[in-house]
Amino acid sequence: MQYHEQLRAREIEGGEMVNPYMPYPVRIDQIEIATEDKSLKTFRFVFLNKADEEKFAHKAGQFAELSIPGQGEIPIGIASSPTEKGFVKFTVFKTGVVTSYLHNMKVGDIMGIRGPLGNWYPWDKLEGKNVVIIGGGFAFTTLRASIVYMLDPANRSKFGNIDVIYGARSPGMLLYRDELYEWEKRDDINMHITVDSTSDPDWKYNVGFVPTVVGQKAPKADPDTFAIVCGPPIMIKFTQPALESLGYGQNQIIMSLENRMKCGIGMCGRCNIGKELVCKDGPVFTLEQLNRTPREY
Amino acid sequence: MKVIKIEKKEWTGGIDKSRGKYLLFGPVKESDSENEKSCVGNRSCPADSDRYIFKQLFADQFPEMGGVDTVLSPKSLIFPQTEKMLQTTLDTSVADHHIMKRVDTDYSPRAVIGIRPYDARALTLVNLNFDTEDYRDPYWCDAYEATTFIGLAVNNPSEFDFSTSMGSSPFGEEGLDVLLVDNGDEFIAKVITDKGQAFLDAAGFSKVADESAIKEIERLKAAAEKAITAKVGTGNLKRREILELHEAPFWNDIAFACINCGTCTFVCPTCWCFDIQDETKGKSSVRFRNWDSCMFPLFTLHGSGHNPRGEKVQRVRQRFMHKLKYFLDKYDQGTMCVGCGRCVQSCPVNIDIREVCNIMNSYEPER
Repeated sequence: MQYHEQLRAREIEGGEMVNPYMPYPVRIDQIEIATEDKSLKTFRFVFLNKADEEKFAHKAGQFAELSIPGQGEIPIGIASSPTEKGFVKFTVFKTGVVTSYLHNMKVGDIMGIRGPLGNWYPWDKLEGKNVVIIGGGFAFTTLRASIVYMLDPANRSKFGNIDVIYGARSPGMLLYRDELYEWEKRDDINMHITVDSTSDPDWKYNVGFVPTVVGQKAPKADPDTFAIVCGPPIMIKFTQPALESLGYGQNQIIMSLENRMKCGIGMCGRCNIGKELVCKDGPVFTLEQLNRTPREY
Repeated sequence: MKVIKIEKKEWTGGIDKSRGKYLLFGPVKESDSENEKSCVGNRSCPADSDRYIFKQLFADQFPEMGGVDTVLSPKSLIFPQTEKMLQTTLDTSVADHHIMKRVDTDYSPRAVIGIRPYDARALTLVNLNFDTEDYRDPYWCDAYEATTFIGLAVNNPSEFDFSTSMGSSPFGEEGLDVLLVDNGDEFIAKVITDKGQAFLDAAGFSKVADESAIKEIERLKAAAEKAITAKVGTGNLKRREILELHEAPFWNDIAFACINCGTCTFVCPTCWCFDIQDETKGKSSVRFRNWDSCMFPLFTLHGSGHNPRGEKVQRVRQRFMHKLKYFLDKYDQGTMCVGCGRCVQSCPVNIDIREVCNIMNSYEPER
């Protein structure tokens, strides 16, 4: 398998066993507040050793462990696209020990990144297909990586129509707002931005929950159309029937899961759903696969 | 196969000789071990305890070879309950601050003497988790490779032993380098690997046993296997769907008495789940791992507060499903249970994996 070969090659490096727990040292290069309530920040990291950047070569949909010595590690989806060179980007919600500490760190601080980890959206299978991206809240990070990847001039012709349905509670809670509004202006991507509600009289886009907008705006299913869904459990729960009534089959709905993780390499045992490990066999699964596993996520 | 005879009067001399080349580990009385000395005065671990534990053997210590059962398996010798992984300094005036380095650990050759065949097989199962096609856990792999396993056959299985139902046996050789069989005034040693031969050479044990010794092993083996009366069925587990078993109606009954103490996972020779934590003292920071347990709610608690296994019944089901179904389906190497019986013996509320396995194995979902 391609996946195994990639990992093996990385591991054998100079004949020495590579330690999969060892993070690559990075420097915080830029910090941006991502949402109006300041609960999310986007961190841009550069690798201290240039060679590590090549070793980190990832695919859109993978995640990494952000590793802060003395604090711990957190598994976070990679928000930058493999086509963006010279840095990697992560958008982090402040919630626990490590994320709170990270939110107080400064540009120039040294920490670590371990990865890339897990599988990715099935880019080989998606070639030549229409792609519908459905995201909600702050689960838009690997979807942003995917959009940037597909819109790259070298890649755009590999895909058919691209539709994006992305919603947040309010306009100020949308991630990557500048990019969203730029994408709105393009004619090679159909954007359907929505908010749960807004008091802004100038709001030009949709108002309504993501599953509703999916029902109204998502293209009808055909064998060449695949949906990638990433969001909070409640959004996923209601988006599924919306897609099914549009005719999407279980193997055309691709989802990215989250579970509590530590090692990120399939060893520490906590993130399993049945015999699959979300960190290593996932985080990306088709609905068809998920329907065969216990719903322990 | 080469078979060596070791007269018991030569035993301690040989063990002493092997210390030149190997660090030795083996079962000792808990009260004799280093750790326990610090417990004197603590009523929960009396100094005259007759429990046995696998420990490093220092100059004047020898492994207890009388066929004792240890409360904990020797898995901690390869996979310590707490293990330092990485370290760094947080002192920004030092070069390489905040850059983690592997902790320097001694992996010089060591031998575990007196490990039971089911425990040695358990380590081969845990090895499937840590030494994979995709990643190798260097801490496990280095320790496992550095270790020679000198097993002691179980002549008199305990009432809790059901190893023969779980692909192991009192005289099983899987995962061992040498199998010692206690035969009165002598040990008969079956040499299983070159690693095992190297240990016997270092100890100076070299008297080749004759045919009658091999016959004696067979006789003792048959007697030991016959002494195990527990019968646990596993034959139907493979063909059942994961979801059929997961959604079966019996889990609430099985989990009812469980108090989620986690004892079963700590005494289990095949439980490998762990947690990773950072600890800082002054400016020096260490990342280490600790055994963890699927019995604890924190094991799966999300940052959002959501918990996919927040209920006790979900956690109990996870433990048995992992051991008896997920592992079986994933590796096709049998169940992740070797039948040592420790969890049966230690469970404070008498949950018995033998009964659970039989319930799972005989379950016929209604169609």
